[in-house]
Amino acid sequence: MIGLALESGDSTVSGTDNALLAVRDVHQQFGALMVLTGVSLAVPPGQAVGVVGPNGAGKSTLLDIVAGGRRPDAGRIYLGGTDVTAVPAGRRTRLGLGRTFQVPRPFPALTVFENALVAAVRGAGLRRRAAYQVAYGALEQTGLAARANTPARQLTLLERKRLELARALATEPSVLLLDEIAGGLSEPETDALVGTIRSVHAAGVTIVWVEHIMRALTQVVQRAVCLADGRLLFDGTPEEMLRDQHVRRAYLGGTVA
Amino acid sequence: MTMKRPGTPAPPAARPPAAGATAPVQVSRWSTAATVTTACAAVAVVLLALAPYVIGTNLTQPMVTLFLLAAMASLWNLLAGYAGMISFGQQAYLGIGAYALYLLGRAGISPFAAIPLAAAAAAVAAAGIFLILRRLSGGYFAVASWVVAECLFLYVTTQGWLGGGTGVGLQQLSSMVPVVREADTYWTALAVLVLCAGGGYLLVRSRFGLDSRATGGEPVAAAAVGVEVQRTRRLAYVLAAAGFGAIGAMLIISGLYIDPASVFNINYSADMLFMVVIGGLGTIEGPLIGALILFAAQQVFAQYGAWYLVGIGALAIAVVLLAPAGLWGMVSGRRGWSLLPVGYRVRSHRRSP
Repeated sequence: MIGLALESGDSTVSGTDNALLAVRDVHQQFGALMVLTGVSLAVPPGQAVGVVGPNGAGKSTLLDIVAGGRRPDAGRIYLGGTDVTAVPAGRRTRLGLGRTFQVPRPFPALTVFENALVAAVRGAGLRRRAAYQVAYGALEQTGLAARANTPARQLTLLERKRLELARALATEPSVLLLDEIAGGLSEPETDALVGTIRSVHAAGVTIVWVEHIMRALTQVVQRAVCLADGRLLFDGTPEEMLRDQHVRRAYLGGTVA
Repeated sequence: MTMKRPGTPAPPAARPPAAGATAPVQVSRWSTAATVTTACAAVAVVLLALAPYVIGTNLTQPMVTLFLLAAMASLWNLLAGYAGMISFGQQAYLGIGAYALYLLGRAGISPFAAIPLAAAAAAVAAAGIFLILRRLSGGYFAVASWVVAECLFLYVTTQGWLGGGTGVGLQQLSSMVPVVREADTYWTALAVLVLCAGGGYLLVRSRFGLDSRATGGEPVAAAAVGVEVQRTRRLAYVLAAAGFGAIGAMLIISGLYIDPASVFNINYSADMLFMVVIGGLGTIEGPLIGALILFAAQQVFAQYGAWYLVGIGALAIAVVLLAPAGLWGMVSGRRGWSLLPVGYRVRSHRRSP
């Protein structure tokens, strides 16, 4: 069931035909700093891809470009074969692209339930009962149902991370972009979150997950890519990546397993 | 682009797995307290409407000021407390409303009938001015909105047809029987308050309210879940401006005269900030309480001149330090009260065994 769509830096269309999400030759520069230099990636429907790489490799920038938070200097983003490079973030969400933020950004004045409800109403385009149901379902899925009426500003870090996930799920995404959702959590907390993400993936959601915590990542993804210095250094299975010499040198340093 | 999920082959729908809500979730948007509050408010409006017959127009005259203060506070709170747009320039729309009413009056339209047109003029101006302000947020937005108001002030002072710096009078109303004019003014001011506060409340309860409460707190995340952030901000700004236009029209009607230095005055913004912060930013009840406090302080202490301002300042500092959520925010936060709910409370749900 794993469709490994490997791509080199060339700009042929092959490999993106059946991809739900495709990144094509994306370049991004901040001042004199080249953050991304010709990154391409095609993700078939239903796949879970882990994106790893050292700090400053461009992972979060790539995710932000895919989500529509930033327009790349060059390159295209395709969602379901449609070029969405010029489509703003909100409309990409309505097209089925959900995201979480690395530093949680709850709506502080809203309750936990209302946070998910905004996403169900605006992201998934639902009304009234249907929206309530999806929003509450997202809270149940992420273990936040008991906190439904709590103002989001009162949440702990773990709960904020869960709310990020709940809000993204309430938009009913077909592609879910996760940005270091396990960062800063204890091991049992990470395991609980991994369980939730696994069930989301099992329900058919395509996942692109930027993460440093390999233990969490390897429990979910079938495919791992490594970014280093703005380039795609590796693309393969997580097991292969952990053995890869280039990846170890650039990122793992031979100590992390 | 209306399709939800693009692409072939269509991915399986991303439904929450079976663990998700099978029993329908009950969501409550109202309460007994809210029924009682709205009933009391309706009775209060009726009693206030009867006041000119009962206590005479001499005593109702100051009430016009109270109504307009409360309306201004409600609108400013709609912008700052819900949509996250702190503005020091809403006096621009007071001025536009007042001068629009003057021009409409010169064109032969009855001042009371012209109030909706003055509100519309302010809304149209706001839609244009928003194009300048829309990229700004926070303190930059606040200062830029003030600059816009100052520019309008300077423009009007140089324009002879608008009376220049000396201002303009409303001659049509001067010929009315004073007691009738005062009663009409009172009722219209009451209507403006009901529309601004009541309309604002309904707006915050609507889906636009959900959008604006999300946008005000976290615009980036709001955009990421699909909220049209700029459209939400523009709608809040334009609707608030319409209300300020109506209030500005009432300022010239109640005073029979307006001059640019008094109507384009940042003191209005300071008063709005004071009322909303004292009462409770981002609550429906707070601005009304803040308006009562400011009005009472004006009536009782305004004769002490500078000391009045010192007292107002000290009160503001005390509230910000001791009750940062405002007086109503402190009470409602501690007791979980909401007389006029705007949110969505989950009432019952299936408990996991």
